[in-house]
Amino acid sequence: MAELKTTIKHKKIMAKEEFCAGCRLCEVHCVLAHSKYRNDIVKAFKKIYPRPLPRIIVEEQKPISFGIQCRHCEDPACVKACITGAMSKDPETGIVTNDENRCIGCWTCMMSCPYGVIVQDVKGGHIASKCDFCIDNGMDPACVKNCPNEALFVVDQE
Amino acid sequence: MAIDMTFPEFQIERDRDKCIDCQVCARQCSNQAHFYDEEEGIVVSDDSKCVNCLRCVTLCPTKALTIKKHDMEFKLNANWNETAIKEIYKQAATGGMLLTGMGNDRNYPIFWDHILLNASQVTNPSIDPLREPIELKTFLGSKPERVLIENGRLAEPLPPQLELEIPVMFSAMSFGSISLNACKTLAMTASAIGTMYNTGEGGLHKDLYKYGKNTIVQVASGRFGVHPEYLNAGAAIEIKMGQGAKPGIGGHLPGEKVGAEVSSTRMIPLGTDAISPAPHHDIYSIEDLKQLIYALKEATEYRKPVSVKIAAVHNIAAICSGIARAGADIIAIDGYRGGTGSAPTRIRDNVGIPIELALAAVDSRLREEGIRNRVSLVCGGSIRNSADIIKAVALGADAVYVASAALIAMGCHMCQKCYTGKCNWGIATQDPNLVKRLNPEIGTRRLKNLLNAWSHEMKEMLGGMGINAIESLRGNRLMLRGIGLMDNELRVLGIKAAGE
Amino acid sequence: MFTFGESNRVGAHISGISENFSEGNMRIPAGCAISAIANVKGIPFSGKAIRDSIANMRERSNGLGGGFAAYGIYPEYKGFYAFHIFYEGCAAQENTECFLGENFDIEVGGKIPTRKVVGITDAPLIWRYFLAPRVDKLAESELNADEFVMRCVMRVNSSIDGAYIASSGKNMGVFKAVGYPEDVADFYMIDTYKAYIWTAHGRFPTNTPGWWGGAHPFALLDWTVVHNGEISSYGANVRFLEMFGYKCTLQTDTEAITYIFDHLVRRHGLSFEVAVATVAAPFWDDIERMLPEKRELIKALRATYASLLINGPFSIILAWGNGLMALNDRIKLRSLVSAQHGDNIYIASEEAAIRTVCPEATNVRSLGGGEPLLVFIEGIDGYGN
Repeated sequence: MAELKTTIKHKKIMAKEEFCAGCRLCEVHCVLAHSKYRNDIVKAFKKIYPRPLPRIIVEEQKPISFGIQCRHCEDPACVKACITGAMSKDPETGIVTNDENRCIGCWTCMMSCPYGVIVQDVKGGHIASKCDFCIDNGMDPACVKNCPNEALFVVDQE
Repeated sequence: MAIDMTFPEFQIERDRDKCIDCQVCARQCSNQAHFYDEEEGIVVSDDSKCVNCLRCVTLCPTKALTIKKHDMEFKLNANWNETAIKEIYKQAATGGMLLTGMGNDRNYPIFWDHILLNASQVTNPSIDPLREPIELKTFLGSKPERVLIENGRLAEPLPPQLELEIPVMFSAMSFGSISLNACKTLAMTASAIGTMYNTGEGGLHKDLYKYGKNTIVQVASGRFGVHPEYLNAGAAIEIKMGQGAKPGIGGHLPGEKVGAEVSSTRMIPLGTDAISPAPHHDIYSIEDLKQLIYALKEATEYRKPVSVKIAAVHNIAAICSGIARAGADIIAIDGYRGGTGSAPTRIRDNVGIPIELALAAVDSRLREEGIRNRVSLVCGGSIRNSADIIKAVALGADAVYVASAALIAMGCHMCQKCYTGKCNWGIATQDPNLVKRLNPEIGTRRLKNLLNAWSHEMKEMLGGMGINAIESLRGNRLMLRGIGLMDNELRVLGIKAAGE
Repeated sequence: MFTFGESNRVGAHISGISENFSEGNMRIPAGCAISAIANVKGIPFSGKAIRDSIANMRERSNGLGGGFAAYGIYPEYKGFYAFHIFYEGCAAQENTECFLGENFDIEVGGKIPTRKVVGITDAPLIWRYFLAPRVDKLAESELNADEFVMRCVMRVNSSIDGAYIASSGKNMGVFKAVGYPEDVADFYMIDTYKAYIWTAHGRFPTNTPGWWGGAHPFALLDWTVVHNGEISSYGANVRFLEMFGYKCTLQTDTEAITYIFDHLVRRHGLSFEVAVATVAAPFWDDIERMLPEKRELIKALRATYASLLINGPFSIILAWGNGLMALNDRIKLRSLVSAQHGDNIYIASEEAAIRTVCPEATNVRSLGGGEPLLVFIEGIDGYGN
């Protein structure tokens, strides 16, 4: 695979673990943002089955907790590992996305991801699911916006 | 096992149509009032554990939860009401004193709400705060009788003063009763706005020394955390003789709240109850207080004002006269509605007098004796909004102390369970899982907003009265009128009735 | 000598008049009228001019008070304190004279001559005395003469019913009544007196009922104040002054102003410039930009004398034995104009009041907010020089 080189500053979501309350509202809003019913939480959770998986995972070992999602790496291992080419990194925005129509659910990306942030969406089409920086929503991540304690924030990646 | 005679105070109502069983409530409730039933796949609730802190309600993404006073009722009885009966059940079950948190919540009259303000009309133009400067700057400290000038220059500097941008400071809340994040919030806000916060009797955590310019360090009866660097770290020193919530007794920090940081800051063993003695055991009379005041001034080379904080009690005017003559630079009076992290219910609800009356009495007495200049008066317990502040200044205060209002800005919902150490908002707790819920950046932002909002409101009220500097309102009782007050109350307050 | 000067707003807090009186800075005047004429060489002149000046501003009063202060009118008794006293009845007079006799040697006493004038009714008994503190009483009190006299005046005004001392200075007096000022002038026949400083006032009171004692000028020792305005800081000022023995019995704002200057200048020995920087203090924004020494001084003044800041609109003319000062509040909420001609200085609420007595007056200026005009009379000792 060719190495991706870019001089554009890409964005990244970071966590402040000292302020994460472990409430998992980030997970709830991630589901909502990726569901058919973007504006109705109740419908998003009750009407759709199976509903989308949250792409942010809250790791916890009390009292420490924080939410982690795809790091949209400079040199993504998952993109290299993907056998169908479904995983790709957009050269302009730097966001790594999984083309769900091409994904065959082989889970190779999962095994190669050093952060363990790809989840198996077994029920929902048997595909790999991961953070897409809310690309369909103007790159305004739902998890960051809805964290009640501002424990997530967006920075420009160096 | 004997039966528990009481029934829950609150009931949790969950709208099942809206609840998505996301478990946020179950994860957040430190009292374990909500829990997830794996087998059924839903969240269920236990009313008896709910304290009405509203954490779950606030965080619920679908607003499916409502907390209400429990529907269950005793037979209606104006004398033996629900509270009176339940308190006896509690004491019969435990044999202990009833404890509570925050300030007196009983239905006594609030004098602030019986005082009205003036506005300028016709003969004297009101001043527009959007177009003219209206000055709130305040100096706290002893003032000389006169200014000596030689060759056009100040011949003798003033005694040490605290310079405040607004006449509002944060009152004493100890590290221990509140979390370090809450202390940081107060310190950062005081520093940003240009006012002071108070360490309370918990000593000063090392992370907070950098805010020393905006810190009043307190010396209370337990002398927790008092050492030479501590005394020199702050901008002023406050001797705590008493507080409005529990006049006559000392502070009480339950052992559950004494974690590692609290232990090292207070210089006490881990997990022990920190119970301050009722009096300072080296102050049994006014001359002993004078000795301590000057001992502290010597220790800090007369560079810092020394304040004395007392609870508002019956003989407050005479007591303050004595304190002014004993060398204090500032007297802080705490009314009976003052808040606390923990106090015996009976003391909180029955001891002390209202701050409005105490302040008026003290200000009048000091002026009658011609010594009002020697001290600045600060009052607290309870100041709820900017109108209370303006009225306090007009009655004679140089500045006010707020504490409960600051905590409410940070997220407190007045559930009054501070003494349990399980504050779900991360304020009155030392549990690290809970403390992290208070983000000092957010807290500071909100608290700054509150003070800025109050500042604008005060300027509007001052401008309306035709005043463009707060010192012209200080003690200016002619700007106040009473409504719904009796003659003796008007007399103590030193104000006329509305219409006069 | 008098001080006019070029100055910017910051520097002008010391002395002088600002050039800055464009339309946008002036507020619409309302209420009372004040006027003053002074001869800087100390040459006395008749009260006719001041009468005509204040009469010109009749519309600004409502007939509920008028008065004049005159300096230099008793040259043959100039070493004695001249008390002008109102009595409502003989009992008040008896009690007062008894008190005066105990504390003073009375050189001479008698009724102040008056003329019957339409428009002045219900006059009280009006007497004047020339007296000196009794030597033994003065020694016993361990006070200086001025302080002794001041305390006696406070005593009479607050505790003897029906008696009111209208002025208590040397070689000066206050003539006031309820009525239009020009009628008051005719009543007291002030055109027969000659003074080197005259001040005058016409009243339009809104706060307190019109009564003889309430008319301006207010006097204590040789301070007199005529005032147009309303002090919103009155409550704060009074409660501070009362700690120092001043009894504000007259229930009017102007009384407080007189006592404030007595306290700052006579008792505490501050210069007029410093006293002005206290009562019409610069704003904190301006203080931040001052040089360190001056900033430190102004800060100390504002902190120590915070309760003496005068808030609310005012234009005042303060006069004393060897000078006078005209001052506006720090945001210029009242009109005040000054002019000169030869050795005479004219100050009034309106330019017309000056032009009517001195059509050739020059250097007509409007005083800036918080910027005093100080006038000292040559050859006479007193405060400030």
